Formats: sequence, structure tokens, C-alpha cells
Amino acid sequence: MSANSGDSPAVSGLDYDDTALDLTLALPGSDHASRVAAATTERALAVGWPPVRAYRRNALRDGDAGGASCRLVKVAADGAPYLRKVDLAAHGGYAALLRALHAMFAICGADGQEDAGSGIGSGRLVDAATGAEYVPTYEDRDGDWMLVGDVPWRMFVESCKRIRLMKSSEADNLAPRPSSQ
Amino acid sequence: MTYFPEEVVEHIFSFLPGQHDRNTVSLVCKVWYEIERLSRRTVFVGNCYAVRPERVVLRFPNMRALTVKGKPHFADFNLVPPDWGGYAAPWIEAAARGCVGLEELRMKRMVVTDESLELLAKTFPRFRALILISCEGFSTDGLAAIASHCKLLRELDLQENEVEDRGPRWLSCFPDSCTSLVSLNFACIKGEVNAGSLERLVARSPNLRSLRLNRSVPVDTLSKILMRTPNLEDLGTGNLADDFQTESYIRLALAFDKCKMLRSLSGFWDASPFCLPFIYPVCAQLTGLNLSYAPTLDSSDLTKMISHCVKLQRLWVLDCIADKGLQVVASSCKDLQELRVFPSDFYIAGYSPVTEEGLVAISLGCQKLSSLLYFCHQMTNAALITIAKNCPNFTRFRLCILEPGKPDAMTNQPLDEGFGAIVRECKGLRRLSISGLLTDKVFMYIGTYAKELEMLSIAFAGDSDAGMMHVMKGCKNLRKLEIRDSPFGDAALLENVAKYETMRSLWMSSCNVTEKGCQVLASKMPMLNVEVINELDENNEMDENHGGLPKVDKLYVYRTTAGGRDDAPNFVKIL
Repeated sequence: MSANSGDSPAVSGLDYDDTALDLTLALPGSDHASRVAAATTERALAVGWPPVRAYRRNALRDGDAGGASCRLVKVAADGAPYLRKVDLAAHGGYAALLRALHAMFAICGADGQEDAGSGIGSGRLVDAATGAEYVPTYEDRDGDWMLVGDVPWRMFVESCKRIRLMKSSEADNLAPRPSSQ
Repeated sequence: MTYFPEEVVEHIFSFLPGQHDRNTVSLVCKVWYEIERLSRRTVFVGNCYAVRPERVVLRFPNMRALTVKGKPHFADFNLVPPDWGGYAAPWIEAAARGCVGLEELRMKRMVVTDESLELLAKTFPRFRALILISCEGFSTDGLAAIASHCKLLRELDLQENEVEDRGPRWLSCFPDSCTSLVSLNFACIKGEVNAGSLERLVARSPNLRSLRLNRSVPVDTLSKILMRTPNLEDLGTGNLADDFQTESYIRLALAFDKCKMLRSLSGFWDASPFCLPFIYPVCAQLTGLNLSYAPTLDSSDLTKMISHCVKLQRLWVLDCIADKGLQVVASSCKDLQELRVFPSDFYIAGYSPVTEEGLVAISLGCQKLSSLLYFCHQMTNAALITIAKNCPNFTRFRLCILEPGKPDAMTNQPLDEGFGAIVRECKGLRRLSISGLLTDKVFMYIGTYAKELEMLSIAFAGDSDAGMMHVMKGCKNLRKLEIRDSPFGDAALLENVAKYETMRSLWMSSCNVTEKGCQVLASKMPMLNVEVINELDENNEMDENHGGLPKVDKLYVYRTTAGGRDDAPNFVKIL
């Protein structure tokens, strides 16, 4: 991972649609509830769920026959046993995407709802079990690792190659966000 | 019986209904093996990697019809990475070398290239039927080759394939001398076709019984075609979009009126409610209706049409039909045998137009129902128990509750009892897909009661290895088991290794199986291919794991006489 120059950023105040996100992180597959949560977010699309053939999805999705717009990128969480994939084109913005990432790697409460967490600053994901913080980062077209949330959503969807939920101790070295925001 | 001349034995074998019985008689003695293999006309290969194509062609040199299936079923849902395999070329090439009398080829979930289609078209002089289902890798140029060279072509049936569009010329490649078409289905072709070519082709095909058009064919072309095909039995309409041209629809209605033999209708691309009444007159004779690609039709449009379809046996529809629409189906379609209700909205927590009530209504009204695929947002045990009592004839029961792990909507309990009732009452059940909140108990029921079960699909279900073990122990006829996102690990995988040789395949993804478990399985069972499919990150972060044992993301196990395959990509490890 490249160590970028620059001031040490305060990794907070990411520019999301809604700012009251409480996110927690746990390793996927740790129990049935987390497995379920991985596909249960309001607008999350885990790969292959619901089990509808791609042909049918594409035929219903758009007016012209069969053209699918889909931006599947891999999501790696530090310490997780395997990667997931998320469809960037299926989400309306950063808030929706973070909810999806949260659901993929989250602990949930008894009803399958998200835990009301400890109110850490928006954009950060917290592993409720260990207290470790994770920061969503992504690799862009130039091969640089960037903080999720800096650029307009559409630009992010175009330029994101893959996502990594990085332990926040490692995230301290990321390039600072442009001050003109 | 060995004193009978070979021709007599062969003639007796010709009465055997299926491949299974012919396989059995082949085992009796060498003489019967020889007679059987030389007289076998139809060969079915359920897994293209279970046997080498050369071996099939060598054993059955006189086969006329070959069916080959490639990727596992979960490939339909993008769970199998691209370039995994399932290539048609080795099969077509082997047949080209050893079996030039081939007449029919059916392929499902395979990668077919234009080169292979061209080889096919040019090699087999009597070739007459090509059926491709959920395949990919070819373009309309390959179809052009088929059209150009297969002089006796009767069937070209393309179902839900991913076909690269290289223009409309392929349809014009059918020579004027081609008059033998019985079935033409190009609904999955994305591009335009030349209307004139299509009309002329239909006009010179007096035996045409099944025609499925694609989205580009307008109403007027359809009307002209139907005027020429009074014997048509199965029609997939083209585009029924509404330009508010009533005259077009009147012409369409007149054309439909000529088609007294029409029994099955599909397509309805972009159908507007305005055009449906023009089709009502044909509804009374329909046995099959597929409205599942018409999201613009709402519940009342659908029910008005379906209420005319009193002879319907097979109905595919979107959940827009809603519970009240299903009640109309239940009261109108007393002969219904197969029902599929697809989701119109793929998001999990969306609005739910169909619930358990619609399905209960169907079960009360349609006592002949034997095949079901139902997507909904909620279900209850009480409903499932009622459905099971009303419809004990289910052979295929696939229920997909869109939210994984969702419990009984009224009691918040797992749906174990409901599915338990299904397997207990439906003694002939061969295929089952379960969903919702499910514990190990449902698997105990399945293992105990589902004795005829051949295919089981599991997602987000179970508590422990015991669940899968129940199934492996109890389901004696199980052929295909596919599992995703369920907590089954090595202990379950290794509990009954001998069973995998009696099955076609096992798929497990996002479960708790480790590479060590897979290695143990592979070493105990040399007649299986144990494929570990891991789309690893280049940094190999995958190997880090809190338990120290790398978990396997996707596992595909299948019996084979062919050994490890040599066309596997680098993300597939065959143990």
C-alpha cells in the first residue's frame, strides 16, 4: 500500500447524504444473523440474491433489450476470510453504499436490525466485538488508495476499482481530502 | 435372451423409456452392452465434466441427439465466476470426428463460440435441431452459419442466451430452399431483424408450429406473420408497445383469430394494457401463458386477461398480479399445473404485492398444481401447512422469500414447520428450494420425509453441521445439492463421502468449509473432482483468518470418470 504524503488527516466529516450513521463491523460468516444481515440492507444487493437469472434482471431493468449496467467491485475487509462484491450502480449514493457495506460485515440485533452503535463519527465502521475501527477506502484508476467519500458519487462509481475496509491505524497515511469542499 | 438375434434384442431395447434403463441393461453382459451402445440414439450428459466427450462419442457412435449441461445451477445467479469453464467446443469437435450422423444438440449453461457453431453447421449433414439454453460466448454470426449451412434445419431454439449482436443479417442467411422450419425462437436476440426476411421465412415454412420473436419486431409485422401461420401452436410476441394505433391492434386481433391451434403465448415485451383486450379472444384456448416480461401491466390488467384463460395449465407472471390477482387465477384456472411468480422489484425490503395469502388461494382453487416457483416478501407456517394439505401433488416446490432469514410473518418463528408439512404431504416431491428463517429442524424433516427428493437448494439456512448431515443421510435419491451462506462446515462435508458418488454434484458457497476439509474429501474419494473456487485478491489477504484455517469461498464437487479437467482457470484449484 502506498504511503501518501501530506498532513495527517482528521478522518471525519465525510460528505455523506445523511450524517447519523452508526456502523459496526464484524467478520462475515461469524453467525447466522450476520450472514443474514449481509443481504438484508434496504437496497443492498448481495451477489446472486434474490436468485433471479441475469437475463431476467436485465430484461426488466431497462427499456432497451438486455443492456445491463452494473459496476461490481470487490470489497475486502482487513481480517475477513474472503472478499465480497458490491454493485456500485445499484446504490444511489455514499449513504446507501455504506449501509450495504455495514450489512455485509455487521453484527445485528435480535430482530435483524442494525445495532444502535456508540455514535462514532459518520463513515467509520466499528467492530463492536473488538472496538477496532475501519475506514472505507478504495483503489482508483491510477492505482492510488483513496478515502471513500471525497469525490462526487458518480465520479467515484466510474473510478473505483475495488474497496478495502482498512483498519484505521493504517488509514492515517492516506492523502488528505481537498480543502475546496 | 442371448440366443435372439441382435436385431431382436435391439428392437426390445427400443421400448425402454429412458437413458437410465438403457444404462442398466448395458450392465447385464458384454453382448447387451454392445447392442445397446450401438443402438443408442439419445444421449444425456448432465455434467459436461463428468465424462470425456471422446469417450461418449466412442461408446455411442450412432447417437442422433446429444444433450450436454455445463455450469452448475448457481451460475444463473452470478455465483460462478466468468471463465470458469463449461466449453462446448470439445463436445462439438469430438462429435465432428466420431459421430457425423448427429441430428440434434441441446446445451445448457455452456460457453459456445461462433467457431464451434460454424463447425457444427458444416459437419453434420443431417443436423436439424439446435437448442441453446442460458449459454453465452457466441454472436449472431454463429447463427448465420447455422442458418446458411443446415439445410434440413427444423429447430433453432435460443432460450435466454447471452448473444452478441452483430446485426440483422443472420436471419437473411436462411436460403430460399429452407422450408423445413418447425420451431424458431430468437426472443433473446437483442438486435433488430429484417421484417421482410422474417415474413418471407415464415411464408415458406409450412410446418412452423412454434415461433418466438424478439423485442424488436413490431405489431404490424406480427400481424402479417400470423396471417401466414394458421397452424401455429406456440407464439412469443414481439413488441406490443402502444402507439395508440388502434388499427394495428385490430389487425392483430384478426390475425389471432386465424390461429385456432394456438395454445401457448409469451413475449409481451413492453405490452401496454390497451392492447390486451385485442388478445382476449385467443385466451380461452391457451394452456400456457408467460406474462413475466411485462412489468407495465398491473394487477387488474393481468386478471382481466387471465380470467378468460380457463384452460390454462402453465402460468408465468410478475408479482404485480398481487394476492387479489392470484385469487382470480385460482377461480378461473382450474387446470393449472405450473405457476411461477417472479419479483418485479429486486430490492429486498420493498413493497410486497404477493404474500402467503395469494399462494393459499391458489392452493385452494388449483388442486392440480404440481410445480411452483414463488417469490414473495413474507410467508407463514400456517399458510404452508394449508398449502401442503391442499396440494399434495407438488413435484417441484420453490419458495423464495426475498429477505434472507425472515421468520414467520405472524409468529416470528422459523419456518421449519411449514416446510416440514410440505415434505411430509408431498410424497412425490423431486425438487425443493427453501428460504426464510430456518433451523436444523427443517433439515431433519427433509431428511426424514423427502425420500424422492432429487434437487435441494438452500440459502441462509440452518444452525450447524447437523442440518446438512440430516439431508445427506436421509435423502436417498438426492442428485444435486446446492448451498449458499449457511453454517455447514467440514464435519458436514465429510460425514458421508460415499454419497457424493451417487450424486451429480454438490455446490457450497460462503459456508464454513475449509481447504483442509476439501483436501480430505479429495483424498478419500478419487472419483470426485473437488473444485475450490477462490477469487483471491492479489495481495492474498484471503489467507488471513482468525481460525488459522483458510475458508473456501466456493466449492463444487462432482463425480467424474474424466479425472481433473485441463481447462480450469487459475482461480480454480482441483484437489
